[in-house]
Amino acid sequence: METPIIGRVWKFGNDIDTDVIIPGKYLRTKDMQVFAAHAMEGIDPEFAEKVKPGDIIVAGSNFGCGSSREQAPLALKHAGIACVVAKSFARIFFRNAINVGLPLMEADVECQEGDEIRVDLLKGEVIVPGKGTFRGNKLPDFLLQILADGGLVAHRKKIQDEQKE
Amino acid sequence: MGTISEKIFSRAAGTEARANDFVLADIDYAMAHDGTSILTVNAFKEMEMKKVWDPSRIIIPFDHIAPANSETSATLQKEIREWVKEQGIPNFYEMGEGICHQVLPENGFALPGKLVVGADSHSCTYGAFGAFATGVGATDMAEIFATGKLWFKVPESFRFIVEGRLEEKVYAKDLTLYLIGKTGIDGATYKAVEFYGPAISELSVSGRMTLCNMAIEMGAKTGIVPPDKQTFDFLNNRAAAPYEPVYADQDAAYSKELTYSAGDIEPQVACPHQVDNVKPVGEVEGIHVDQVFIGTCTNGRLEDLGVAAAILKGKKVAVRTIVIPASRTTLLAAIENGTMETLLKAGVTLATPGCGPCLGAHQGVLGEGEVCISTANRNFKGRMGKGGFIYLASPATAAASALSGEITDPRTV
Repeated sequence: METPIIGRVWKFGNDIDTDVIIPGKYLRTKDMQVFAAHAMEGIDPEFAEKVKPGDIIVAGSNFGCGSSREQAPLALKHAGIACVVAKSFARIFFRNAINVGLPLMEADVECQEGDEIRVDLLKGEVIVPGKGTFRGNKLPDFLLQILADGGLVAHRKKIQDEQKE
Repeated sequence: MGTISEKIFSRAAGTEARANDFVLADIDYAMAHDGTSILTVNAFKEMEMKKVWDPSRIIIPFDHIAPANSETSATLQKEIREWVKEQGIPNFYEMGEGICHQVLPENGFALPGKLVVGADSHSCTYGAFGAFATGVGATDMAEIFATGKLWFKVPESFRFIVEGRLEEKVYAKDLTLYLIGKTGIDGATYKAVEFYGPAISELSVSGRMTLCNMAIEMGAKTGIVPPDKQTFDFLNNRAAAPYEPVYADQDAAYSKELTYSAGDIEPQVACPHQVDNVKPVGEVEGIHVDQVFIGTCTNGRLEDLGVAAAILKGKKVAVRTIVIPASRTTLLAAIENGTMETLLKAGVTLATPGCGPCLGAHQGVLGEGEVCISTANRNFKGRMGKGGFIYLASPATAAASALSGEITDPRTV
């Protein structure tokens, strides 16, 4: 897990739901590129084309509300999003993001779309050039560990391997 | 000195659990449907796990895209069926058996005091039976399949008390939408909501399922109705295992306590594109609808179909109307008691028990700009089809609207 994560900002508002992050009709596949190609389609049909690897989403409260579909954080991750910062997250999205290895942080950050910001997961803070440092909620260590391992699947595999030795 | 959630987690984690503690808890039952088991099985295989922790505690219903509507979904479903067989999972429910959140209660897996986790956000439905039930994503479910355990942050609890009784032609769905409107789409995020009061006790098991089903729509981790005689009667000869009802202690600590009066509630409608955009039906009466949808895990039960049939009896629907019973059992009962004949004679279209068009992936999706009044639980932008508008209401309001082709107060028909 790279930290701090430095990237360009895409801004979204409150209550961004899983139906706009990845509409239900695209769920009938295991192909990550399909999810990526339709990321955020419900709110910005061109998002998947505009987004660059390493970009960061900064959003308002209740990001990822709605369905349990893990395709939502997968779509963002495979579209190139390096991290999601939001004032708050819906709980299933929060778990899913960590499980698929998409870093996130709860923080109320003042910034503009296109700003290059620095998200430090280990310190639990976000630095916006010219605006200052914003304190966020640092993830508990066991969740940082899952992220560091690359998600829950890799984390579980690591534990299995350690048990074998 | 615990809430229902704290007491269930204390038992499941084998340690005294208080709100905001992180615990590793033993899961009693785990569910994944055709929509989420694809990624769950994938993750399980990637974890290089050989066997699931306990096949008898895993339940796999096919409901989201069932029957399969494309070669892709058919092939993915084939893979899941093969995996289910290979793992010896006995509780597999084929397409047509019904929606997961109906199938689990009908088969006695939603039990008081149990910790039930589903790879579906509406798994909170089982709180209607006094379980702690919540939704997770596919990889969390794979972790449960592998180990039988999952980490949780024990939620703080809200205590909602609903005094009085619902007026005539005002239903559990209206109460539910009203509470979501008051609480807001994220007003209960991370919280467990316990429901109390005479209006809650008076709700049928079916009505309690409607209420708990939509707890997630106020952000809640779960909604719980304390079990009572109605619960036990429903579970009689049905419970998949012995169970121990769990109740909150007198001195349990709640982060919020709110009292509502059922008598104040009129028929409610949640307007596009957010579930907490709730208005009394009077404010949206007359809005043209292109489609009516009666069904889903929120309102596709026998009681719901009965309410719709009573309104449609001897009449004809004015707009296309889709009815999808929540399960095969529901459909059979609706055939036996004449409800289905009434509905079909009124001109409704019947589809296979399952999720139908609710999430925009199966029969009955909307065209660009079309409006649907639906008994489902979500009206997010594009959910039932790009460019569609979804109004959420009770089966009574939906049926009354089917007769006129516009949103109609069921108290006027």
